[in-house]
Amino acid sequence: MRITRRTMVAAAAASPLALASCGGESGDDGPVTLRMTIWSANEDHLALLDGIADDYLADHPEVEAIEFDPLPFEGYTSTLTTQIAGDNAPDLAWILENSAPDFVTTGALAPLGDKLSGTDGYELDDLVPAATDLWRHEDELYAYPFSTSPFAMFVNTDLLAQVGQPTASELIASGEWTWERAVEAGAAVGAQTDADGIVIRDFDYAGWDNLSTLWTGWDARPWSEDGTECGFAEPEMVEALGFMHEAVFEHQAMPGPGTTADFFAGEAAMTVTQISRAGLLEDGSFAWELVPLPAGPAGEYSVIGQAGIGVLAVAPHPEHAADFLAFMTGPENSEKLAQFFPPPRQSQLTAEVLGQANPLLSDEQLQAVVIDRIDDGVVKPSHTGQAQIDQAVRAALDPLWTPDADVEGVLTEVCAAIDPFLAQ
Amino acid sequence: MSRADVDTAASGRRTRRPDGPRPRRGWTARRREVAAGYLFVAPQLLGTVLFVLVPLALVFWYSFHEWNVLVGSFEFTGAANYERLASDPALPGVLGATATFSVGLVVLNLSLALALAVLLNQKLRGTIVFRTLFFSPVAVTLVAWTIVWRFLLQDDGGVNGLLTALGTEGPNWLRRETTAMIAVIVVQVLKNVGLNMVLFLAALQGVPQELYEASMLDGAGRWTRFRRVTVPMISPTILLTSIITVVGSLQVFAQIDVLTSGGPGTSTTVLVYYLYQNAFQFHDFGYGATLSVLLFAIVLVLTVVQWQMRRKWVVHED
Repeated sequence: MRITRRTMVAAAAASPLALASCGGESGDDGPVTLRMTIWSANEDHLALLDGIADDYLADHPEVEAIEFDPLPFEGYTSTLTTQIAGDNAPDLAWILENSAPDFVTTGALAPLGDKLSGTDGYELDDLVPAATDLWRHEDELYAYPFSTSPFAMFVNTDLLAQVGQPTASELIASGEWTWERAVEAGAAVGAQTDADGIVIRDFDYAGWDNLSTLWTGWDARPWSEDGTECGFAEPEMVEALGFMHEAVFEHQAMPGPGTTADFFAGEAAMTVTQISRAGLLEDGSFAWELVPLPAGPAGEYSVIGQAGIGVLAVAPHPEHAADFLAFMTGPENSEKLAQFFPPPRQSQLTAEVLGQANPLLSDEQLQAVVIDRIDDGVVKPSHTGQAQIDQAVRAALDPLWTPDADVEGVLTEVCAAIDPFLAQ
Repeated sequence: MSRADVDTAASGRRTRRPDGPRPRRGWTARRREVAAGYLFVAPQLLGTVLFVLVPLALVFWYSFHEWNVLVGSFEFTGAANYERLASDPALPGVLGATATFSVGLVVLNLSLALALAVLLNQKLRGTIVFRTLFFSPVAVTLVAWTIVWRFLLQDDGGVNGLLTALGTEGPNWLRRETTAMIAVIVVQVLKNVGLNMVLFLAALQGVPQELYEASMLDGAGRWTRFRRVTVPMISPTILLTSIITVVGSLQVFAQIDVLTSGGPGTSTTVLVYYLYQNAFQFHDFGYGATLSVLLFAIVLVLTVVQWQMRRKWVVHED
């Protein structure tokens, strides 16, 4: 082969070296683009957020665009932290409740108190204290709790009627709406139909923090209020998880490990989840009702799930981001967000506001299940270093999900596994 | 390129064709050739440098740091991460699970691939169908393959349904420590055995027929022919497949993540999954990098050992 200058030019053109200098970044002086990571790819959610962003852009020429970047819910926090590690942090991010302490206490989020209280008409005092507790650290607010949603029980009344069991409403009316009674009904469905009894949604024998929707009825806690003492081996927890173990393996009232049953596809009689899932029932293939969680031995209770929006401390444009956050979560837009996410504002926690978003739910249901429960709800467990604790508890709890497990022994092992993390 | 060009290029300035033009200083044909060669390999070289060598060097660098993304800390801590590695109580279990997985996978994969290749190397009708059948999982997306198997291996899934139809009861495969590891290995073997099978098939078809005929004249039976003729003749391929499979087995991640998430307990938490947990779930990139260095060292040592051992058992390597 004869090597000519033309050959060399061809080789050079083939080289990405030639392309390396083609990139470039715009300067910092012009209008900025804000980016917010979210875990919903729901088109209605995105349309609502885009609408709010458009309203903001109309009055803020210094911001050129606002992008909502949906990341898969599975691994959301890992993806977010990887973006931060890769020097590609978003300006704003939705934060899951179980990683709240990690984000709030480590300085990963920028403080919001001054910005929100200094925004005209923001009405910061309207935020329900129970909703903001998780997002505060040393009296400073680090994220806005944009969704504060109590857990409740959806019940397939067709299946209960089929096995001759009273509906949940009837049990509530007669004061018998307890876990024991719910398990009895679930066992009947499991025994007499192809469907399963009770599903604690998203638990799937791995997401153990969802079990707080059960154990809180026994007044059990995974750790003490200050987070230093393990609560898994306490009598309340042993009793609560012993009850669940029996429900699974003795009464077959809950699907066992490695079995999937989707309530919304008619495969289970009852499911514990948040009201936003009601949308999955639009097809209406069976009759259903929504009721508060059954009472445990410790009485009635409620558990709330939360999600916050924060401005990252390493955001490319933290000031613009905080300004947009104040706009997005002010009273007017908060009411719009309430279409999908129960708001933390006292003034908007009305059946009327929530009803717009949840047409399948009656005012009575919303009052009983959401509004009456937000103030006294226990937030799902979270702790600094939650990811390590989460993994350690999951691994140590695995032996519990076998028919002949020693409940107390396993739970003692769970404490041994997480004590080093709680002590940190 | 003519012979004369080569001679000129090879001998440089000292010899000149008496009647030829004097080569221009600086851009001799040879230099142009070398430069063009470098430019042609530049894309690959650049990719290797950017995406392999630089990250590799950075991993070593990060392993000497405490780097927590959330806290925003990045501090040089010397050998602290390596001291932590040496005293990590979870590490023996992780290495044990990794070794179990690797040994199980390599033994099962190579023996099954060789057995299939020998069987499908016969001149029988239908062998092409079976070759396609065994190779097709290689072309399937790994995660899709694994998700389907997760459903099949559920307590009430297809595998146990089949076992029930056959009159026996299967275990809850992914929820018991021993069966979970076996399930992960088998799912991975079924996914990739076709690749090694094809490599073995190609090697088997390269064994000269005369060797078999000669050995048959010498009275060698079927097993002796396999042991004394086939295995030595395909030994370079056995070396290649074993290196690829061992290295691949140490990098298993998606299958573990989808099938067991490292459980039950920590029974299927292999080194790469543990590394992922530390770096991406626990936000501890420094220790994650240290575990990467450990993985690198293990892969390096195993590959070097296999490479050295080739002299002993690979024909043509002495």
